[in-house]
Amino acid sequence: MLEALLLMMGLGAVSGVLLGIASKVFYVWEDPRIALVSDCLAGANCGGCGYTGCGACAAAIVAGEAGVGACIVAGADGAEKVAAVLGMEAGAAEALTSMNTCTGGFRASEKFSYMGVNDCRAAYLLYAGAKDCDVGCLGFGSCVKACLFGALEIGSEGYPVVEAEKCVGCGACEKACPKGIMQVRKPSDRILHMNLVTDRIAPCRQTCPAEVNIPKYINHIKRGEYDEAWLTVMERNPLPLSTGRVCPHPCEDACRRALADDPVSINQLKRFCSDWVMNEGTSLKIPVAPDTGYRVAVVGGGPSGLSAAFYLRRLGHKVKIFEWLPKLGGMIYYGIPEYRLPKAILYADINRILGLGGIEVKTGVEFGVDFDLESLVGGGFDAVLMTIGAMNHASARIPDEDKVEGVVPATVFLRKQGLGDPYLVGKRVGVIGGGNVAMDCLRSSVRLGAEKVYCLYRREVKDMPANKVEIEACQHEGIEFVTLCSPTRFITDDEGKLTGIEYLKNELGEPDASGRQSPVAIDGSETVIDIDNFILAIGQTTNSAFADEEGTAASRLETSRGAIVNNADTHQTAIPYVFTSGDCAGPPGLLVAAVGAGRRAARGIHKYLMGEDMAFSPDRLRVDSRRMKGHIAGTIFDSIEGIQRKGRIGQPELEPGSYERQHTYAEVDLTVTEEDAVKEANRCMRCCLTCYNQDT
Amino acid sequence: MSDYILLAVSAILVNNILLIQYLGNCPFLGTSKSMDNAVGMSMAVVFVLAMAGIVTWTMEAVFLGPIGLQYMRTIVFIVVIAALVQFVEIFMKKSMPGLYAGLGIFLPLITTNCAVMGVCLINIKEEYNFLEMLVSSFAYAAGFGLALILFAGLRERIIIGRVPGPLQDVSIALVTAGFMSLSFLGFKGMI
Repeated sequence: MLEALLLMMGLGAVSGVLLGIASKVFYVWEDPRIALVSDCLAGANCGGCGYTGCGACAAAIVAGEAGVGACIVAGADGAEKVAAVLGMEAGAAEALTSMNTCTGGFRASEKFSYMGVNDCRAAYLLYAGAKDCDVGCLGFGSCVKACLFGALEIGSEGYPVVEAEKCVGCGACEKACPKGIMQVRKPSDRILHMNLVTDRIAPCRQTCPAEVNIPKYINHIKRGEYDEAWLTVMERNPLPLSTGRVCPHPCEDACRRALADDPVSINQLKRFCSDWVMNEGTSLKIPVAPDTGYRVAVVGGGPSGLSAAFYLRRLGHKVKIFEWLPKLGGMIYYGIPEYRLPKAILYADINRILGLGGIEVKTGVEFGVDFDLESLVGGGFDAVLMTIGAMNHASARIPDEDKVEGVVPATVFLRKQGLGDPYLVGKRVGVIGGGNVAMDCLRSSVRLGAEKVYCLYRREVKDMPANKVEIEACQHEGIEFVTLCSPTRFITDDEGKLTGIEYLKNELGEPDASGRQSPVAIDGSETVIDIDNFILAIGQTTNSAFADEEGTAASRLETSRGAIVNNADTHQTAIPYVFTSGDCAGPPGLLVAAVGAGRRAARGIHKYLMGEDMAFSPDRLRVDSRRMKGHIAGTIFDSIEGIQRKGRIGQPELEPGSYERQHTYAEVDLTVTEEDAVKEANRCMRCCLTCYNQDT
Repeated sequence: MSDYILLAVSAILVNNILLIQYLGNCPFLGTSKSMDNAVGMSMAVVFVLAMAGIVTWTMEAVFLGPIGLQYMRTIVFIVVIAALVQFVEIFMKKSMPGLYAGLGIFLPLITTNCAVMGVCLINIKEEYNFLEMLVSSFAYAAGFGLALILFAGLRERIIIGRVPGPLQDVSIALVTAGFMSLSFLGFKGMI
């Protein structure tokens, strides 16, 4: 008995002493902060951070190899505690979230009947799965089994549904999915993503020049989640209130539902959800990446500049916008009249963008006069984006067009209106041009008191590039269309004041490159109409005179017909740190195209600043939304089955002929009601590449 | 020489510590969900068993046997193995950081695991000499690794299989372990 006790005591003493000595002799200095950081982590040893256990993760955080938010399970709270231990700012670290990118599920047709192991990876081994669609979800839920947090389930429609609150962004589902459908991304990753031919995207989304995820936001509207719908739009388009009013919606031309009845009123739905967010005044938080320390100068506060500033800020860069006019918005402030896009609405969009914080604005300064590239570089900017727009007018090639009193370019006419000092027109006004700018001049003239307004156009009404709704609105407002005419001469009185215009009638000849028949003037068909004012609205050019001055940095910029030449993908110019987008980078286009180009330019600048590869993936999807070409093969159908005719909701508008409509600048087109919006959202078939929801 | 080979075959297959003697079931079920963990665990067991075998055999030969305190064997071995593993961990952290990073998280898991304890006791019970004890310790550890790695391979496939709800996870793992055990029983009578 005594021996046993002695033995145990001796053994304990020896072991204790040995271990004590060992811990001194073999002492490894360990940063005491590692233990403190370790306490802030989840302690689950789940490995989601990519390190072997919480101890290794804590060591990596203290060593600076991992960010304070490395522990995805502990989340933002944990990150804050860790940051407190390390005496650092946690910053608004961006949350990783999982997103399912396929909405096929049960509705997707199958090539064969699969009877094997109930697992996506196993099913994938057999001819890449049974689904007809090469990139579609197989629906066995490997991602669901991989998720340790119960944030995923196979929903009622047969594809995985993410429960955002539970998702910690560990990436297990993405690893488990053999088809790359589950994608765990930060908001900035999503901003930087450009449509690829390998993506699962509906025809409307392929067509939208800004690449907005249309089926997703419409689905949110369907479920009454208007704020989510708005956030979805904001990931691609920071001016939803404005585009919701003036966009000619090429997406709707690609809408598959048009094959059965009418396309979904996509743009009205966007307008509805963004109006809802504006009116409800909900303070939705838009995620911004932690500061990168870079500063970008945006020259020109038009739509492309605003879009780029918004996305650059969201990617973590500081931005300063330089604008030569007193207000931001560029062509959509000074070019689009109040009755189409009220200034207060546009400013609601702009204030949302500026509300991100970290975007400075300086108005009333002109590039090439008050500042130039040298002063921007000297001022500490790391990159410059030129979005100076196209504010000069193109010539109509009518003799003396810049001398005759009463002739005015559309840019000047609309800008004066935007500045609150309208150009006073007489009783009879003529406008040449068939684009949206011409329509704006026509309808503004009506509101400025003109009794007779003519639209002169060299082809026919059906050839006009203006939005159909705009042309119809002009007709509602009593504007006369004089088509197939080529003005040749101004008729003036003794004082040189305009009294009329002479034109030749045209006939249509051979189709030109754009597929439209080119007009040919008929000799001896001279006709005269009496007018007091004539507005030139046949196109705009960029004022890039600063590039012609010798000896300046800007002279290294290449220009072509006024436009600043850039790489169409990266938006980089001949000067590596100068980028350009919007109207000044090519032929003037749609607002939504300028918004899309702004995001691409932001991507180019971000990649340039971060030293990453700027070129697009070879899989880049390039759709020509004007000619409706370049869609992913097999996604544009000739006919669809299983859809009942329902008809789209109409566009509510001010009563034609009413006082408000003819004599005030009250907004003409109105926002649809909530009831109509949900009804219209339910018409959306939630298409993907090949499958869509049929009516049951 | 043939004795040693027989001893090794017996320890690895015929008397497999996991599937025939049913010792060390906790790590068998706990670390067999992924192949990476199974391999790490197996390496750690080989390492610890070899060390523990030597120390406990020496303990028995030098103290317990001569003093006549064999009845204290179990408790003494527990203390000795626990202290040993702790010491090894401290030592490795300083001197072999690479090995520590690989085995680090598994070492404390098997501090006084029943498989380790069991092999040490078997070594004494069978009255092995030092060399036999060494072969036996390595071979039992190898058998442990073999069974664990085979089982992890099976479980990785079972996870993606169509398992009825009530049988999922540990239940089906135990059923599978039972079948593996049955098949290992086929080695009985080999020696």
